[in-house]
Amino acid sequence: MSTENSDKKHIFDNPANVRNVLYGLFGALVFLLALEPFIHKHPYFAWEEWFGFYAIYGFVACVLLVLAAKYILRPFVKREEDYYD
Amino acid sequence: MIDFIPPAFIYILGALLVPLLRGRVKFAYMLSLPIVSFFFLISVQVGTAWEVNFLGFDLMPFKVDRLSLVFGYIFHLISLVGIIYTLSIKSDLEYVAGLVYAGSALGVVFAGDLFTFFVFWEMLTVSALWLIWAKRTKASQAAGFRYLMVHVFGGLVLLAGIIMYISEQKSISLGFIGLHSPATYLIFIGMGINAAWPLLHTWLTDAYPESTVGGAVFLSAFTTKTAVYALARTFPGTEPLIWIGAVMTAFPIFFAVIENDMRRVLSYSLINQVGFMMVGIGIGTELSINGAAAHAFAHILYKSLLFMSMGAVIFRTGKINATDLGGLYKSMPWTALFCSIGAASISAFPLTSGFVSKSMVLDAAAHGHMSIIWLTLLFASAGVFHHSGIKIPFFAFFGHDAGHRVKEAPPSMLIAMGIAAFFCIFLGVYPKFLYSILPYPVDFVPYTAPHVLAQLQLLMFSALAFTLLLLSGIYPSEIRAINLDVDLVYRKGGRLFYRVMDKGLNAFNRTVEQVFVGKFLVAFAKFVRELPAKLLAKICWPFWQSAFDAADKKTITENLLKRAQSGFYPISIMGFFAIIYFGLLYLL
Repeated sequence: MSTENSDKKHIFDNPANVRNVLYGLFGALVFLLALEPFIHKHPYFAWEEWFGFYAIYGFVACVLLVLAAKYILRPFVKREEDYYD
Repeated sequence: MIDFIPPAFIYILGALLVPLLRGRVKFAYMLSLPIVSFFFLISVQVGTAWEVNFLGFDLMPFKVDRLSLVFGYIFHLISLVGIIYTLSIKSDLEYVAGLVYAGSALGVVFAGDLFTFFVFWEMLTVSALWLIWAKRTKASQAAGFRYLMVHVFGGLVLLAGIIMYISEQKSISLGFIGLHSPATYLIFIGMGINAAWPLLHTWLTDAYPESTVGGAVFLSAFTTKTAVYALARTFPGTEPLIWIGAVMTAFPIFFAVIENDMRRVLSYSLINQVGFMMVGIGIGTELSINGAAAHAFAHILYKSLLFMSMGAVIFRTGKINATDLGGLYKSMPWTALFCSIGAASISAFPLTSGFVSKSMVLDAAAHGHMSIIWLTLLFASAGVFHHSGIKIPFFAFFGHDAGHRVKEAPPSMLIAMGIAAFFCIFLGVYPKFLYSILPYPVDFVPYTAPHVLAQLQLLMFSALAFTLLLLSGIYPSEIRAINLDVDLVYRKGGRLFYRVMDKGLNAFNRTVEQVFVGKFLVAFAKFVRELPAKLLAKICWPFWQSAFDAADKKTITENLLKRAQSGFYPISIMGFFAIIYFGLLYLL
């Protein structure tokens, strides 16, 4: 590992910048929900008309995905790296 | 006068010259192959077909329609990108294998008959193999052999189906087949193996991560997408494909979340993306077939872009596991940027290629009122963002700094990634270009306010879930471990079979030897040897009883046994037997 630029400060070395990214994300979320009442929908399914359907679906889907992968799938399938050797 | 040369010929014959050339000439020559071939292709009319009579069959080695053209265009583009990418990896084996591989894929999409189709289909497997073996590690050798076994099996299933189908139909032309007889089921499954259907998918997640840096870029583009083309050509509107596709979109994302090897994460998400295409083909409407073709086009670009960025990471750091990576944006900022563009595209962010193609498939499912399918695809869309959209760039380029201070990827790799990244955004911003080359006329409008809002909500709240899970420490930490998949069946199964055969058959063999050779034969030999003497002794006993005393009886019995063993009997006894024998004959 060379040290050509190891002392240089990079953008995410500063915790304030990481915090700004998070604030940006939260701001975008609020904005996207606030925008919804002003958009005229033309849904195929009834549930698409519920407020925040996509937001809730995306959030819940990802949480369930991670929990299922971590607590159900991984205990079944995890093996040492040299399992097949 | 030949005014047209089919792409497969240019690629495959052209590849053979590559090892003879050196330096810049070689580079220029390799780059010229896809470009020349592309100009030939755009000069040709839709509907052109070459017919050749061969052994009484009407072969059609080259046939162009709008479906094959979509795949033809993207295969040209991505092979050009792949060649540029591999210029910094000086390996003739990979160049030749890559070109033959791309040429075979082009051969398949422009094949007009089942025979030509099958020949190129098999060449695809054989040439892909060298892109895996070229890594020259033990793991890649073993993975290559497994790859070969699975595809040889798939090829035989397909061949059996094709032969039965030809004898049913009395024609070898390639067109709509549809599921209706055992032959068509065999063809269906043979193609399904190359499309990495669930349970038949492990050749992909097994072999692609073991291939070379450049090999993975080629591999990710051709084999599965050729199968997508083949299914779109022969089985559009086949309902089982909808369900197969839906399962394909959903199950790999669970594996991708806990996988440590980044290229294996990409392999799982490749299966997930091909699932969307399967659903599109299965629905079979003009919109959905367009969607499948458009998604294949977009997918090839962003998936190879992601494989290129991970390849550059391997090329520079020698590492690919998430546990060994992190913080690379500091030393490889351009690679990080291109990877992020690929990640945004695969997640289908508005203004990227994934958004304008994937939404066609989802819309087609909604048009057909397939609520379960639609909800599964939506789940998969959120999931793919989670593992390919966030996990890949985050764990490689951001996150915990693993301390790698390396050089940025070489220029040729950056140029290749730049071209792919450009197209990812270009297609997203200007979808008309993509829509104009699709098989059917398109009246689909991707950018409507509710659609953009819905997609952004879905993705951003998935990002929120990732962020919260990561900050709370619930997100599964990357672990140095591998995860079992269905390939367990043949990887351990092979050994299990061996052991069962060893323990079972060899034990059986040993037991038989002990019982039969060791005990039975000895006993039998003894029995046979002593039987006549024993019999004689029994017969003579009543006479001896009266004639001899005890000591004489013993000597006479021993003498009898000795004689019986050596075969010498007193003549009178033999005479006695003879008389009994003839007497019996007379009586019976």
